Amino acid sequence: MMSPRVLVLRAPGANCDEETAYAFQRAGAQAERVHVNRWLESPQLAAEFQILCLPGGFSYGDDLGSGRILANQLRHHLSESLAAFRDAGKLILGICNGFQVLVKSGLLDSDDERGPGATLTWNSSGRFIARWVHLQVASDRSPFLNGIDRMTLPIAHTEGRFVARDDASLNRLESAGQIALRYCEGACPSPLPFNPNDAERDLAGLCDRTGRVFGLMPHPERFIDRTQHPNWTRMEPFEEGDGLKVFRNAVKYFA
Amino acid sequence: MLWEIDLWPREGMPNRDAESVVADVQALGLANGDLCVTAARGFLIQSDQLNREQVERLAAELFVDTVTEEYRLADAGDKGLKAPPPSSALRGKQPRLFQVLFKPGVMDPVSQSAEAAVRDFGWHVEGVRTLRKYWLAGACDEEVVAIGKEVLANDAIELLIDGPLPFDRLPAGSANDFELRTVSIRGLDDAGLMKLSREGQLYLQLAEMQTIQRHFAALQRDPTDIELETIAQTWSEHCSHKTLAGRIAYQDEHGERLFENMLKETIFEATQELRRKWGDDDWCVSVFKDNSGVVRFDEQFNVTFKVETHNHPSAIEPYGGANTGLGGVIRDTIGTGLGAKPVCNTDVFCFAPPETPHGELPPGVLHPKLVMRKVVEGVRDYGNRMGIPTVNGAVFFDPRYLGNPLVYCGSVGLIPRDKSFKQPMPNDLIVAVGGRTGRDGIHGATFSSAELTQESESISGGAVQIGNAIEEKKLLDVMLAARDRNLFSAITDCGAGGFSSAVGEMGEEIGAVVHLDRAPMKYAGLTYTEIWISEAQERVVLSVPEEKWPELELLCASEGVEATVIGRFEPTGRLSLKYRGETVGELAMEFLHKGRPPVVRQAKFLRPATGELRAKNDLAVVRRSEDASGGRDFSEVLLRILGSPNVASKEWIIRQYDHEVQGGSVIKPLVGATCDGPSDAAVVRPVLGSRRGIVIANGMNPRYGEFDPYHMAASAIDEAIRNCVAVGADPRQIALLDNFCWGDCERAETLGSLVRAALACHDLAIALETPFISGKDSLNNEFRYVDDAGNRQVIAIPPSLLISALGQVEDVSRCVTMDLKQAGNSLYLVGETKDELGGSHYALVNDLEEGAVPTVDATRGKITFAAMHRAISAGLIAACHDLSEGGLAAAAAEMAFAGGLGVDIQLNEASDLPIEALLFSESNSRFLCEVRPENASRFEAALVEVPLARVGNVRACNQFNVQADGGEVIRTSLERLKESWQRRTV
Repeated sequence: MMSPRVLVLRAPGANCDEETAYAFQRAGAQAERVHVNRWLESPQLAAEFQILCLPGGFSYGDDLGSGRILANQLRHHLSESLAAFRDAGKLILGICNGFQVLVKSGLLDSDDERGPGATLTWNSSGRFIARWVHLQVASDRSPFLNGIDRMTLPIAHTEGRFVARDDASLNRLESAGQIALRYCEGACPSPLPFNPNDAERDLAGLCDRTGRVFGLMPHPERFIDRTQHPNWTRMEPFEEGDGLKVFRNAVKYFA
Repeated sequence: MLWEIDLWPREGMPNRDAESVVADVQALGLANGDLCVTAARGFLIQSDQLNREQVERLAAELFVDTVTEEYRLADAGDKGLKAPPPSSALRGKQPRLFQVLFKPGVMDPVSQSAEAAVRDFGWHVEGVRTLRKYWLAGACDEEVVAIGKEVLANDAIELLIDGPLPFDRLPAGSANDFELRTVSIRGLDDAGLMKLSREGQLYLQLAEMQTIQRHFAALQRDPTDIELETIAQTWSEHCSHKTLAGRIAYQDEHGERLFENMLKETIFEATQELRRKWGDDDWCVSVFKDNSGVVRFDEQFNVTFKVETHNHPSAIEPYGGANTGLGGVIRDTIGTGLGAKPVCNTDVFCFAPPETPHGELPPGVLHPKLVMRKVVEGVRDYGNRMGIPTVNGAVFFDPRYLGNPLVYCGSVGLIPRDKSFKQPMPNDLIVAVGGRTGRDGIHGATFSSAELTQESESISGGAVQIGNAIEEKKLLDVMLAARDRNLFSAITDCGAGGFSSAVGEMGEEIGAVVHLDRAPMKYAGLTYTEIWISEAQERVVLSVPEEKWPELELLCASEGVEATVIGRFEPTGRLSLKYRGETVGELAMEFLHKGRPPVVRQAKFLRPATGELRAKNDLAVVRRSEDASGGRDFSEVLLRILGSPNVASKEWIIRQYDHEVQGGSVIKPLVGATCDGPSDAAVVRPVLGSRRGIVIANGMNPRYGEFDPYHMAASAIDEAIRNCVAVGADPRQIALLDNFCWGDCERAETLGSLVRAALACHDLAIALETPFISGKDSLNNEFRYVDDAGNRQVIAIPPSLLISALGQVEDVSRCVTMDLKQAGNSLYLVGETKDELGGSHYALVNDLEEGAVPTVDATRGKITFAAMHRAISAGLIAACHDLSEGGLAAAAAEMAFAGGLGVDIQLNEASDLPIEALLFSESNSRFLCEVRPENASRFEAALVEVPLARVGNVRACNQFNVQADGGEVIRTSLERLKESWQRRTV
């Protein structure tokens, strides 16, 4: 099987790049962490990779809203390189801050002629939240979610609440099968609300019309090993975490 | 042209800034009635090039999220900007506008990012400033003034503007005229010397000032201001620990003991003794030398650990103080050896009770509720942004922390074994890397030696800093890359004292020449002395061999990190400071580092006589075996203990901290069936792909200090260790840190209580074979003010010794959590329970005093820890919880509600102890263990050398029952227990 090359994009404030690269490697890919400055210097650099991953963190401090500054850099300087990457049938994954960047750079087909159709904004609690959530795959559009029905993964974010400009935008995303992942009730009842941030339509992950660009707020790279699960000491031993499947799917796509 | 963009939430979206103001005003009782607030954020953009259309584009594409926000754009002088955003709340009222800006020179990461982000559009702006706007209605003038001062802005860092902006251009710094300043010291008498020490914010003592005077008299010249500042920084308590590492004449019931260097002869000596004893098996690598303690981890890596305090800055500006407190200790990790990678953080806070009535606050003191919230936010925003998991912590409440809240921040690092030591080399270049130097944090090192007073806020506002976590993250990334390419021979972070301390320390054995005008500055106008002592954050100093410089310079530039050669470690034995070609300071390293006269202090400890446990202010001893109301039902007492602030759930804090980033989380701070039970310790796998883990825990109990600081320290050590052991750490490889936060140690009694605690650290470290590897102290935590009646008042903190523990576990899949796992299992109490309710939470919630404070039997403790570890490693324990505040009853309750399983406990063993001691005594070295029936005999065999009692069963129900002497003493439900424990939120 061919081992795809993954470009894990580092930017000032990205901070999940190491464990994300590790997750891709565990899934059988070759992952390289590349600073955005290198890509800005040579936009053709991405052509050597099959998968682009924007990892979690606080790119540029999220100082002007989550993911905004990096999203603007992509739009202003790398839009051709990104379009070529997408049109070549390759995969793009955004996790947490990476999802925020994807939404705000327009790569998830959520905008229209009136401008941005959706955003990720402050959790309804107004605070950073670190906890685990249950997820239901809501569309068969994205290859990243092939063969997955449900997952349990952690979230860790302040601005993870998905909000659309209006119902029409939401309906358009829904009918195009772009709402890929939703927060849902879990088998293990939690006193916390199952939708952690009050996201509209319980949206936890969104893909573009092709399904090959996918972003999600939860962190699949944080559930690779069973000892990462908050209840592992209460469970029968199991082999690997739910999150690893997402990375395996990406690798399989190029098999 | 100065443009202003105001933005606020669209209709239907919450206005959080306004809601938070209203909540704070209510919490502080600052206004009655119909206060109505609306808020907006603003950006001021100074540009003579951009036209309106371009600024509109910046608004829509950069500053405003048009899905959730609305905005307006105008010339900053436009009168329309005075009106509130269209909002029903303020319709028809006459609101008053307040605007808040950072004071010039205060770090504002958002404006820095904005300026850079505009460049991505291909445009240039002269400057961007952020702005917060508030419109208030429904409060009288007096209330509005109080709200402005106490809620809207913190005068230490922010400017509160009543009405429209008083400027139409952003103020820019102006270049200063260079003028060499000397300070006449030779002719001063003692009073004059002390006046200079105080007014120059040197905070040196008379003997030290006299030594400086003699030194310069011999040189036949007066010092320059920068020379005096350099000496004050180097000799400050913060940098030299002169009190604890000084001469102390100590007296207690055993007689008198003279220390030449108290720390060296107690805590350090214990470590040295253990290392000698271990010989080839010594697993300590670097202790009490570097920025962190370093111990062996595996074949490839060592681990580093350091805990710091940032108390004084946090008292004045809690967000910035806590923010930079964590940023500082993370830089200690980066500055350890040739650079360690931070893998987790720990935080312990001490506050006055959040219920403190607003009217009882002394002048100049921020309300503890605000202090607490902002400290938590400050730590959160730095740790989360850096991508370092915050995995462990604690919060303690006591009214005596009102003027001096304590903020302990700790950082654990991972470092390759061959990168664990540093050595600056003669003729290496001195390279400053990271953030630019500004006027922030001037006098932090000396300020931390001063007591806080009601004027501190105005005197020392400059000592307060705001951090920029992303700058530090960039610095971290590039330093680790440079380390792995061997591009430097030593690294030291710029902490207290800034360049002065960092260069002074690195060049101590060599000598250094520094060209101060070469340091990159945030803005013009700094004097040479300000450059030298600025404590601007996110900077490190490297010692770089000249041939490596080009590669280092390229590497830093490639990641957008500034690196500048500011001098050279010239082997002259002298520190030579230059500015614009002129020498402004010249000091012998020998005098700077060895010239300080020894501080000699008296210390005495008198153990207070304590009688039997009794009601406060009541000489009658409480009748034993009855609760306060004379009954035998202790259910209410247990609920009160669980709901008491120190014990109660800290979930509202924990969930704001990312405790799983980096992917190594094994045992989280909250565990159990619904992830809300209190874990004893955190376990982290720092190397992805390896099964080996580190264990982080802490121990602290200021309440025991009132009885005897020796037993307080011993108990804290025992607690930290048993927390580690409870989750599976090997007790043969636990390293400790000490952090002493004390009052004014010029008082013999205060210093005596500290020495007493240090003696316990020595004794316990040796007995338990748990070496101290690093430590820190913060003295003078006292707050002085004049009360309404004109009387001088002092609030001194209780002796507060935090013990932090770093344990290790070979295979994390052997770790155990505290939540009960399965009905039908047995509960065993491990360790001996004594009648030790002095300082306990049982005494606290019943308003009792005196009694016997818990002591540690270290010989037995060591055997217990070893036996527990054998049992856990063999997989014989299903759940394990250490016994601490609230004793057996509280531990059992927490295990039960965390596991969602009922408990039946029978305390029927023949015992001389009163029931309340059986239930609530806080005797040390004890655990409560859940054991499966099939493991019972092996478990009992493993614990054969240790006092062990089978005390109960796990049941599939929601009842929590305890019987003693055949009668029921606690009967309640899991729901009530959990509800009491979770009730407190902020």
